[in-house]
Amino acid sequence: MSGLIAILKKNVRQYMMVIALAVAMISFGLLTDGIFFRPVNLTNLVLQNSYVLILAVGMLLCTLTGNVDLSVGSIVCFIGALCGVMMVDLQWNPYVAMLVALLVGALIGMWQGFWIAFVNVPPFIATLAGMLVFRGLGQVIMKGQTKAPFPREFQLISSGYIPDPFGGFAVGKLNFHVFTLLIGLLIVALITFSEIKKRKKQKEYDFDILPAGVWLGKVIFIATVLVAFTVVFAVYKGFPNILILLGILVIAYQFVASKTVQGRHIYALGGNRKAAELSGVKVRWVMFWIYTNMAILAAVAAMVFTARLNSATPKAGQNFEMDAIAACYVGGSAVSGGVGTIIGAVVGGLFIGVLNNGMSIIGISTDWQQAIKGFVLLAAVAFDLYSKSRSSKVS
Amino acid sequence: MKHITKTFPGVKALDDVSLDVNECEIHALVGENGAGKSTLMKVLSGVYPYGTYDGDIYFQGKRCTFSSIRQSEQAGIVIIHQELALSPYLSIAENMFIGDERAKFNVINWDRTREDALKYMERVGLRENPNLPVNKLGVGKQQMVEIAKALAKNAKLLILDEPTSALNQKDSEHLLEILKELRDKSNISSVLISHKLNEVASVADSITILRDGKTIETLQVERAKDGSVSIGEERIIKGMVGREITDMFPKRNNPIGDVLFEIKDWTVLNPDNPERKKLDGVNIAVRSGEVVGLAGLVGAGRTELAMSVFGRAYGKSITGQTLIEGAAVDISTIPKAISHGVAYVPEDRKELGLVMIQNVKENTTIAKLKKISNMAVINEHDENKVAEDFCKRLNTKTPTILQMTGNLSGGNQQKVVLSKWLFTDPRVLILDEPTRGIDVGAKHEIYTIINSLAAQGMACILISSEMPEIIGMSDRIYVMSEGRITAELSGKTATQEEIMRNILNN
Repeated sequence: MSGLIAILKKNVRQYMMVIALAVAMISFGLLTDGIFFRPVNLTNLVLQNSYVLILAVGMLLCTLTGNVDLSVGSIVCFIGALCGVMMVDLQWNPYVAMLVALLVGALIGMWQGFWIAFVNVPPFIATLAGMLVFRGLGQVIMKGQTKAPFPREFQLISSGYIPDPFGGFAVGKLNFHVFTLLIGLLIVALITFSEIKKRKKQKEYDFDILPAGVWLGKVIFIATVLVAFTVVFAVYKGFPNILILLGILVIAYQFVASKTVQGRHIYALGGNRKAAELSGVKVRWVMFWIYTNMAILAAVAAMVFTARLNSATPKAGQNFEMDAIAACYVGGSAVSGGVGTIIGAVVGGLFIGVLNNGMSIIGISTDWQQAIKGFVLLAAVAFDLYSKSRSSKVS
Repeated sequence: MKHITKTFPGVKALDDVSLDVNECEIHALVGENGAGKSTLMKVLSGVYPYGTYDGDIYFQGKRCTFSSIRQSEQAGIVIIHQELALSPYLSIAENMFIGDERAKFNVINWDRTREDALKYMERVGLRENPNLPVNKLGVGKQQMVEIAKALAKNAKLLILDEPTSALNQKDSEHLLEILKELRDKSNISSVLISHKLNEVASVADSITILRDGKTIETLQVERAKDGSVSIGEERIIKGMVGREITDMFPKRNNPIGDVLFEIKDWTVLNPDNPERKKLDGVNIAVRSGEVVGLAGLVGAGRTELAMSVFGRAYGKSITGQTLIEGAAVDISTIPKAISHGVAYVPEDRKELGLVMIQNVKENTTIAKLKKISNMAVINEHDENKVAEDFCKRLNTKTPTILQMTGNLSGGNQQKVVLSKWLFTDPRVLILDEPTRGIDVGAKHEIYTIINSLAAQGMACILISSEMPEIIGMSDRIYVMSEGRITAELSGKTATQEEIMRNILNN
């Protein structure tokens, strides 16, 4: 038991948020008599938070460099407005319009990246300017109107579910979405397999590893949770399209951040910019691409959000940047840069999302929700700093 | 101070050091870089609080247990650091009373502030408007503000850490005069840490020599009426150097090949002050298998030379040529320099060499990730193997390659920096103060590594402020002074005196 506590203490940063997320979900499950865990609510949870999670993925890269991007909320508004003009006013083919929206997102990112990387405008200032500029431009091209409705194909991004080529499988009153079950099981199998492989490697190099029992417990826990959620989605309408998109983005970015040269360069830059530069990392280009990428993801989030509301409004995306930034810091990013993971940011974003959703069901007003979210952010970062200062004293 | 011992992780910085400063005296503290002078003074002034070191401090007969700088200042011990601690945009008077404002009920009395400031300024011979922001003053006058600030704190013992290192001759002399005056008129003692031995010999009443964290001796200086002194510079150098140089530096007998790397007519302007040349027509050639030393004082332009050559990481309007094996090469960006096989191990490990919050493995491979990746995806197996190999090869002591480099000792950190650059397969290796701040054992290991690299045919440029190191390690030595090469000496026959003469005779 004492060994287990030691392991928890050592990895407190890593596990704390996951534990907090689990505790929050279980508490809300109990407080709402299970309403929280109903398939329809979990699906909603995903839909409500998907755009913040997409933004958090990009924002994490910004926080790794010790900076943030304040403009993403306004970019969501601007791109939403653009989509409205293209699809509602001009009746463009939705797929063409979506591609154009992504390209415009990339151009916006390059614009901001240029000032940040090559003119040395501090990212805080450059993106604060972007926040004002793109909110303003968004309102200009909408001329104060709301654009709606959007074509069906576009709406499907947020309101559609993956098809089931197997046609469903009925057990008593419940009808299972077979394709969803298959995907879920495949993911569980892949995770288990990669955990086994990782452990074998760690043994080979004599690294610190979890005791066999704890490790097995962890893998079984992850697998159980994933299977449970898969089943919940399968008895409703299957995985929402947006969950699949989100899953692909998270896995892709996690891979880039942890396994590729580019990812390593970002972490090195965040940890010590001068040392990274002297090691041949092209720090200016790294900054440029991080902010370009952020704006592209903001364009994706804009489409997801606009499709979900089925309208583009001048107020769209307000405070999204703050939610995304909060997700990163709650999820363990260091304010000074160099520390943080994509998965952490997603867990942080989910945690805030779960709080929102749970509190709404219980009937806590949005005013209180806002305040409580603030306290959670402060507590998470303070706890992080506290545990860091304690661990550095010990060593 | 009696029997002071202070250990840092991996290094014993002070080992049973004692220091006695009498009333009304100027006591010089001398020793090589890393001998423990600054650490000793930080212990005395409470920067390292009571309890983090062993031994006792007595001041005016009382045993002291300072837990902060504030407490030592209240007792009358004030330290003036090498880097001045003035707030640049505040005025002289404001700076002088920071933390001790002339105020009533928290409202500052500006008249009294100025009056008092003028009083202390007069004692140090500073005739300026007290409302002038300190960044408008030269370094010499800023130093005077620091001393006046110390007097305002009622200092009885001043500690000055290399106060004249950034001053010109005239300002230095003025400062030393002030110290003498304070000693004679106000009974204020000073501890003077300095590398300028002529200064030490001319003002000090007694001299304590530290070497490798130990007190070697304390010399009393007798001053005759005609100004001649009983202790000369030679005598001090003998105490500082002490050990036989040959013990420390392993022998190297590899053959030396053809000229591998050349720098021609290298001229660089100072980016902070573009009217001045930081480097002026520097010519250097290094042969394969050769270790070439760059000797000079701090500020001579050695680091600037290295960094401006290495991907133009320093400087403005750089002109000149770099050649490898006689052919001009373009190494104007760091990635280009790395791909041409030029590597630079920087002076400041923590700021420039390592990402301290990343582990040994990540730091080892960062400069050439291409070598272990396929289509931008890093091969973890190869990376682990590379890191493990370097740890074995350089005998880096770390629990695993996943240890954060910030947790390693200085010597092991330096080995990680070396690993990083060796991983780029360099042909030209520039080492800037590679043994600064690491203990004697690790130094010896680094020297052995340098020798084995030279034996493999690498061209090494060694920048060091420690003359025995330059002499012991180099085949040839270039002496630099104020941005120029002033001499080229053979490493076998050069002496410290000869190098020093070439630095000063510029």
